[in-house]
Amino acid sequence: MSARRIFARPARLAAIAPYLWMVLFFLVPFGFVLKISLSQTAIAQPPYTPVFDFTEGRAALAAAFAQLSFDNFRLLISDNLYILSYLRSLVVAVTSTLILLLIGYPIAYGMARLPQRWQGVAMMLVIVPFWTSFLIRIYAWINILQHDGLLNQILLALHIVSAPVVWLSTDSAMYLGIVYSYLPFMILPLYATLSKLDASLLEAAGDLGASPLQAFWLVTFPLSLPGVGAGALLCFIPVVGEFVIPDLLAGSNSLMIGQTLWLEFFTNKDWPVASAAAVALLLLLVPPLVLYDRLQRRQLAANR
Amino acid sequence: MASTATRLTRFNMTSLAAGLAFLYLPIGILVIYSFNASRLVTVWGGWSLRWYHEFFNDRAMLEAAWMSLSVAAVSATLATLLGTLAAVGLARGERFRGRALFSGMLYSPLVMPEVISGLSLLLLFVALNAERGFWTVTIAHTTLTMCFVTVVVQSRLTALDRSLEEAAMDLGCDPVRAFLLVTLPLILPAIIAGWMLAFTLSLDDVVIASFTTGPGSATLPIRIYSEVRLGVKPEINAICTLVIALIAVIIVIASFASKLSNARGESAAPL
Repeated sequence: MSARRIFARPARLAAIAPYLWMVLFFLVPFGFVLKISLSQTAIAQPPYTPVFDFTEGRAALAAAFAQLSFDNFRLLISDNLYILSYLRSLVVAVTSTLILLLIGYPIAYGMARLPQRWQGVAMMLVIVPFWTSFLIRIYAWINILQHDGLLNQILLALHIVSAPVVWLSTDSAMYLGIVYSYLPFMILPLYATLSKLDASLLEAAGDLGASPLQAFWLVTFPLSLPGVGAGALLCFIPVVGEFVIPDLLAGSNSLMIGQTLWLEFFTNKDWPVASAAAVALLLLLVPPLVLYDRLQRRQLAANR
Repeated sequence: MASTATRLTRFNMTSLAAGLAFLYLPIGILVIYSFNASRLVTVWGGWSLRWYHEFFNDRAMLEAAWMSLSVAAVSATLATLLGTLAAVGLARGERFRGRALFSGMLYSPLVMPEVISGLSLLLLFVALNAERGFWTVTIAHTTLTMCFVTVVVQSRLTALDRSLEEAAMDLGCDPVRAFLLVTLPLILPAIIAGWMLAFTLSLDDVVIASFTTGPGSATLPIRIYSEVRLGVKPEINAICTLVIALIAVIIVIASFASKLSNARGESAAPL
């Protein structure tokens, strides 16, 4: 038996503890979300029925199953509030992803063209904000955007506006916050594909008479599409369920699905509806998650 | 000579500089304003440590900070242990049953919206009748951050020259000893970097902690969040600056560790 195979057995044994941990604290909780999304709201603690009681035997369990209903999901598709917040989440996620792509691409492109030893520094500079608390980074923007904040002071001093502009509690502030928070997630995968690009391809395009702009659209951009896809999904998926940024920066008249879920859970104490919203959000995210997984596998296979 | 096609153009430089300024200016402004003597957040009243003084006399904030630091330390340690074991299983375990599910469970929390992870864990804790507070938040953070540790350590393990541990086994080490004497020292920098990442992610989280904590045990981000909803307060600027300073120290240590890791990887390769 090769050393590699002898090594594999204890390595598999090592995985048992994290495996069980993830099953218990990641997989099983989804079962509870699914179950409670089919329960009824109740004024009790915990606030839903039926409460599964595994001590009362199978008959009680069967009776509990009989009580499950799809009422919460019916509510989700009949009440405008939920449909609107789904649509808004999708619109916000698509718009933010496009803005991120437009801003992130030139930055990643610039990074990839830096001299080799500066590329590492630039990458570090892009990663560092990812380590810094994102709550703090959003708060930093509130400082700047508020009524008598720095931005309005500068605009007034330069006589660009005559009265302070309302920046906070607007969609523009929210998009700014999202772009600011997710920019590293867009830049890094783009940079990863752009930096691996074979420079001789561009030289060949130039030799064959393509202008730099043509060379970019015909050679660079198509070859960077895997990075574009990875970056777009890496931003799109979490933005759909974003809560903190819209809550702090956007107005309260239209909510994203993450905010609706939060509201149902913390304010209305309607756990079953919150769970149903979570299940629906998860279903919405399955196609992009599968797509992302495929893209990653293809990249891995290509690198091998 | 560099051809025109691959040259660094002025456009490239401008977009890079503007991008980095966009990422760093707001944080810089926040740090500067935390030393502002004026009560009005926007009027400059000279340099002062007044708001830091205020924070160190704010009992509730200090308690929340202490809670956050202990949750971050304990959960990062658990996450590093579990995440490293998971990385070893994935990088060295070859094929095994349930491998796809295992890697799926480890990769999906990286992009999963926090409201879903938070809600699902809370429902589990309620079903288990667990008392909510320090330990429930710690377990929740461990679950999230161990996935990041796995990614960091696994990529290091994959890049490592496997002939080193195989040589150790040819020389008579059993797999466990080969791992402890050869592999572990080589991936230690990645493990340290993983711990640091787990620590900062835990220190940052507001959504999952809000779901899984109980009454009377708020973490620092939860407190900051509820203050920020009420408006900007100079004291928050000071707290945020302290957190940024702490994270800056952590980044320096982590990047030093990863530099060490790269240097060792290179020196090990010719063996």
